[in-house]
Amino acid sequence: MSKLVAFAAIQGGYKVVSQVEGDLINALESHDASSKVEFPNTAYYLPVIYSLTGMKCETLEDLQKPMAFARGLLPPHIKGKNNLPYLGPLLDAGMAALFAYEVSEAIRIFNEPDFYIPQEDPDIDAGKIWVGPADDTILRKRGVEFVDGSAPGFAAIVGAAPNPEIAKMIVEDYQRKSLYIFCAANHNGRTLTEQCLEAGMQIGWNTRIVPFGPDISSAIFALGFANRAAMTFGNVQPGDYRKILLYNKERIFAFVNALGDIGTEWAVAAAGCVNWGFPTLADTDIPEILPTGLCTYEHVVANVPHDEICQRSVEVRGLKVTVSEIDIPLAFGPAFEGERVRGQDLHCQTGGGKKQCTELVKMAEMNEIEDGEIEIIGPDVTDLKEGENFPLGIYVQIAGREFQPDFEPIIERQIHHLTNYIQYVMHIGQRDISWIRVSKAAMEKGFSLKHIGVVLHAKFHQDFSNILDKVQIKLYTNQEDVDKLTERARAEYKARDERVENMKDEDVETYYSCTLCQSFAPNHVCSVSPERTGLCGAYNWMDCKAAFEISPTGPNQPIEKGECIDPKLGQWKGVNDFVFKASRGNVTHYNFYSIVHDPMTTCGCCECIAAMLPMCNGVMTVGRDYAGETPCGMKFTTLAGVMGGGAASPGFVGHSKYNITQGKFILGDGGLLRMVWMPKDLKEELKERIMKRSEEMGLPDLFDRIADETVGITEEEILPFLQEKDHPALKMDPLVG
Amino acid sequence: MAEDKTKVAKVEKKQKVVDPVEASIDVATQEMIARAQELNVETVFDRALTMKPCNIGVQGTCCKNCSMGPCRLPLPKAGIEGEDERKGLCGATANTIAARNFIRMIAGGASAHSDHGRCVAEVFLSAARKETDAYKIKDTVKLIAVAKDLGVATTVEVNGEEVDRDIDEIAVETAEVALNEWGKPEGELLYLKRAPEARYEIWKKQGVLPRNIDREIVEIMHRTHMGVDQDYKNLIKQGTRAAIADGWGGSMLATDLQDILFGAPYPIQSEANLGVMKEDHVNIIIHGHEPVLSEMIVAVAQTQEMIDYAKEKGAKGIQLSGICCTANEMLQRHGVPLCGNFLQQELAIITGACDAMVVDIQCIMQNIANVAKCFHTKVITTHPIARMEQDNVIHIEFDEHHAIEDAQRIVKIAIDNFENRVVEVMIPQHKAPIVAGFGVESIEYHLGGSFRGTYYTLNDNIINGRIRGVAGVVGCNNARTRHNNDHIIVVKELIKNDVLVLTTGCTAIACAMEGLLTPESAAVYCGPGLAEVCETVGIPPVLHMGSCVDNSRILLAATEVVKAGGLGNDISEWPVAGSAPEWMSEKAISIGHYFVVSGVYTVFGVTLPTSGAPVFHDYICKEFEKIYGGMWDIEPDPIKHAHKMIAHIDKKRKELGIDRARERVLMDMASRQAIEA
Repeated sequence: MSKLVAFAAIQGGYKVVSQVEGDLINALESHDASSKVEFPNTAYYLPVIYSLTGMKCETLEDLQKPMAFARGLLPPHIKGKNNLPYLGPLLDAGMAALFAYEVSEAIRIFNEPDFYIPQEDPDIDAGKIWVGPADDTILRKRGVEFVDGSAPGFAAIVGAAPNPEIAKMIVEDYQRKSLYIFCAANHNGRTLTEQCLEAGMQIGWNTRIVPFGPDISSAIFALGFANRAAMTFGNVQPGDYRKILLYNKERIFAFVNALGDIGTEWAVAAAGCVNWGFPTLADTDIPEILPTGLCTYEHVVANVPHDEICQRSVEVRGLKVTVSEIDIPLAFGPAFEGERVRGQDLHCQTGGGKKQCTELVKMAEMNEIEDGEIEIIGPDVTDLKEGENFPLGIYVQIAGREFQPDFEPIIERQIHHLTNYIQYVMHIGQRDISWIRVSKAAMEKGFSLKHIGVVLHAKFHQDFSNILDKVQIKLYTNQEDVDKLTERARAEYKARDERVENMKDEDVETYYSCTLCQSFAPNHVCSVSPERTGLCGAYNWMDCKAAFEISPTGPNQPIEKGECIDPKLGQWKGVNDFVFKASRGNVTHYNFYSIVHDPMTTCGCCECIAAMLPMCNGVMTVGRDYAGETPCGMKFTTLAGVMGGGAASPGFVGHSKYNITQGKFILGDGGLLRMVWMPKDLKEELKERIMKRSEEMGLPDLFDRIADETVGITEEEILPFLQEKDHPALKMDPLVG
Repeated sequence: MAEDKTKVAKVEKKQKVVDPVEASIDVATQEMIARAQELNVETVFDRALTMKPCNIGVQGTCCKNCSMGPCRLPLPKAGIEGEDERKGLCGATANTIAARNFIRMIAGGASAHSDHGRCVAEVFLSAARKETDAYKIKDTVKLIAVAKDLGVATTVEVNGEEVDRDIDEIAVETAEVALNEWGKPEGELLYLKRAPEARYEIWKKQGVLPRNIDREIVEIMHRTHMGVDQDYKNLIKQGTRAAIADGWGGSMLATDLQDILFGAPYPIQSEANLGVMKEDHVNIIIHGHEPVLSEMIVAVAQTQEMIDYAKEKGAKGIQLSGICCTANEMLQRHGVPLCGNFLQQELAIITGACDAMVVDIQCIMQNIANVAKCFHTKVITTHPIARMEQDNVIHIEFDEHHAIEDAQRIVKIAIDNFENRVVEVMIPQHKAPIVAGFGVESIEYHLGGSFRGTYYTLNDNIINGRIRGVAGVVGCNNARTRHNNDHIIVVKELIKNDVLVLTTGCTAIACAMEGLLTPESAAVYCGPGLAEVCETVGIPPVLHMGSCVDNSRILLAATEVVKAGGLGNDISEWPVAGSAPEWMSEKAISIGHYFVVSGVYTVFGVTLPTSGAPVFHDYICKEFEKIYGGMWDIEPDPIKHAHKMIAHIDKKRKELGIDRARERVLMDMASRQAIEA
């Protein structure tokens, strides 16, 4: 019955393209053709059109080109009898409609600049529920989750469920599986997004329920996200449409759920998605397309019951999702990590400046502890009244033949997100500045502090089975016990910090590789040393060491440094050999400590990118949270676009925030003293550490000499400031020489 | 006067006539055979009844290569017990004689295709040099693709930058390089590298890489001369070389250069069978093989000038249609309807409505001139190498430098002849809708569109078992079998068992008339898996891939499948088989042989001229599998014929490990990280 689908979808293609052609003519008649048209804060123009055709649309006039292209793709209508083949034409019609949808969204943003609220979470109170196209900052931040597998894929859901309860059931099912839910289109005026709100769910990128927009055209934002991932992380060049689409088929595990009656405009969009290898599953009785090939498995599956749609979708897409079955009465998973517990929803809390909340993980002897013992010493949250604050000490003891004290902080750091994964419970901070908020909804579901222990016990066993055998947890809620634990913990933290911070590259013979993101950036390989943490900020040397112990064949492998080729710039033979092999011959060598000479490659998920500023004889760095212009002439997103995907680009280097104040940060080029510009927020965030490090380098007030965007965003603007402050970089040897 | 003409051909004495229903499965054909008998016009069907084939020739063991013979070495009725002691005067064994005859057939077939190809190449060179106004380069995308395969530069460096090379320059050099393939003094054929690498290596190892197209044919004639090569294994080696030079040389160049000149085919709707002729129109039937002729007639017949002229003469218009491979050529590029296949050529004239039958080369029965004498039909030969002795035949030599004028002259003769119709017109009212025009390029497009077009879609459905395998069913008609019967039974049995069929030549026309070239036929005749794939893509279960030189398209499609991945590294590794159920021409032997040595198990119907030499027969039917991965087989029973192919397909599926249901692989992070870049 594919013929019916082809017939309807091709009709839809004509309808959509014609409509958008009309909208474009109207816009051109009432506005100057050179009026600027853009999606907010992206270096990828209209990303679907740009990625597949290389066309850069910047003005209203520019939109005519993709529309002409879309018109050219529209195939003849399907004849009733003795028809010509229609699969190719159907896919072309789908593509034509998707191009038109993207142009249509560009026109909408041009006509109604405030229609979308371009941030992670909508502003429900202000009635701004649609977030529109994700900007490049969101793309990178969330992209990392796709890279490391914490988000296995996304469900693009169009339409609405029969009622809010079913909507909630479906969406929570996806949340539990950690998928992102991209919502678009309406069914008879109702949207899944609004149904989620009615059901009391929190929406936004933080809870993985992304309200793109109310129309089917907004679904294009999902594809724009996917294609930018291919360019950003996969280093696929714009215009290389086949590679982009195959990248999506093989690496981006996405699919479409169509909830409600499917008209021609949905049908053509679904057909378009098949080009990406994204299948459609519908809850209505539409013709199915089961043969495989363009998608990995089926293309269109119909009549899927709502309580099965999530599982079926994941299977049809060929995705394996491991859901942690944890015996607590609340849902659990990364999708709930970003959920907040607001004032009016709060039942009780600990930490956050009200009462002390402390977390400590310590190694124990095998015979000292009982595995799975979880004890609450003091009152439970069920004993508290609404609005009460309570002190809490989470004390985890771990024993294992392979366990080492060095792993304690790594395990301890998991407490934050694991606790946060519990639905209706919010966790902020770590160590002795933790803060846990428990909502009324959690209490209604039967939450007890014991469940934190259940989660930690189960997840530690799941994720770290190679290094631990026993986990015992004590939850102290008496002030006296908490104070005692806190005092002990602070001493532990201090000792640990000193050990890590004092560790030098010279102290170890082994570095670690990180190829975690090779699922996305196949040529990139990170090398992590004690003084150069992973450029995504997620992995330091100790983490990698532990990860290797936990999973000896995993993405973190030991690298014997071998013979030192250049001590100043940081190059070792063993590292080079490893990198050559791991990058599949694409990278022959790189330096750890230089931005100028053969710097390390960048995958695209780096936290910051440093760039040379020749006029200032220094460097600047910019984090991915800063969306503005920078003195190197490029925004972060443009920089990352130029550099990402495993390429080495002299004059630029990706690095983590933490790395800025590590001892070896571009030390071969003069180190932190070369830093002449940083975004204000980043600078403030690292203030203490910058001051400490610069003091070590003999210049305690470097912090005040570094310019930021309030000083200027061009080299010309900041140079007088640097001269006035007598910035050390100005007197250093020429950076390039 | 017409009365007199009718008398001339009237059969003097009452002869045995054929039962129309026994003669063909096609109702239009049956009606026309009956009509012929009613008018006392003798046809091939009648002659097949009265003239029996030579029993020794059928076995392939009659040697007439010198005047000491013919030496006839039939198999003893009781078979051979002990040593085979049969010898010719010179001592040639049955194996030597059969092998010599067999490769002489290859030489005949290969030269037919390749000489056709040369003619196209010459026209192509004229077009590239702009020496003719009639022919122009139509498909520049294909030109560039072909140029690359022939090692012609398609880009040039200008100031250190690589830019596109002038298209006219590319065309001229491509034409020159192509034409050189027929007679170059050294090296090997350039297209051999188009085959999968593993296949090329087999050919290299066996020493059968053709040096040029003509030489291999000449060498066959030399080797089979009295007293030269007398080792059947060495003889067939040369047959192999010449056959490769046909399939991967002359035929392939013919197809490619025709596509460049006239456009690569894309799916197109049309109709098939004698019922496409129109009583009130001027009917021009083009019969033969080279589109060089038909393209011009198609162009001229569509001009307003000619249509008006036809109307002046009392006709409502001009109806063009085709017979044999010219029909396929006009169909796949212009949607011109198919009038019929090989055995229907006389019948088209017997309708009384054929105002001109224009012929060029190959498969034209001399008897059409005799039949034409009974009617008003003008038989026009157009090729200098193909003339007829009968006095009613008009010869208008077609020359690429005056192609338009020649075509106009031909069309005018037909129009002028409209008013001369004498016998009551009887056009059988049978025709079937069809979709044709599947080339290597258009299949790729239709398997995924402009952005994702790929043979992998096909492979994936072979791997998942919806499609069991692919069969190339091709070839002629043969008056020794019931017309179209074996074609249709074989094809229907294959598609019933989920085998996708690719077809060319007269088999394609048979399938067209049977309604198998419609997308609707999938639901009626196919197994559930194939039906589902056909429905998804919107294709018929039998894909019309053109004329008999276009069998090269099947070779390339088979190679594309290998390249798309997942089904082994050579054509011999994936589930594909070949068939020619009703073959009759030497071309069929050449085609069969190049399929076999390209790695395809190939079954022929009717008979194989090797049965008189069992050792040689077993060599090409059994031993060949070990050498080439493909081998010959003979099976006249069409159902068994199809099932032999299916068994081979199943064997290949098993070897690939795709004989059981595919597991659904669910990807977790670790498996995603393991994906190669």
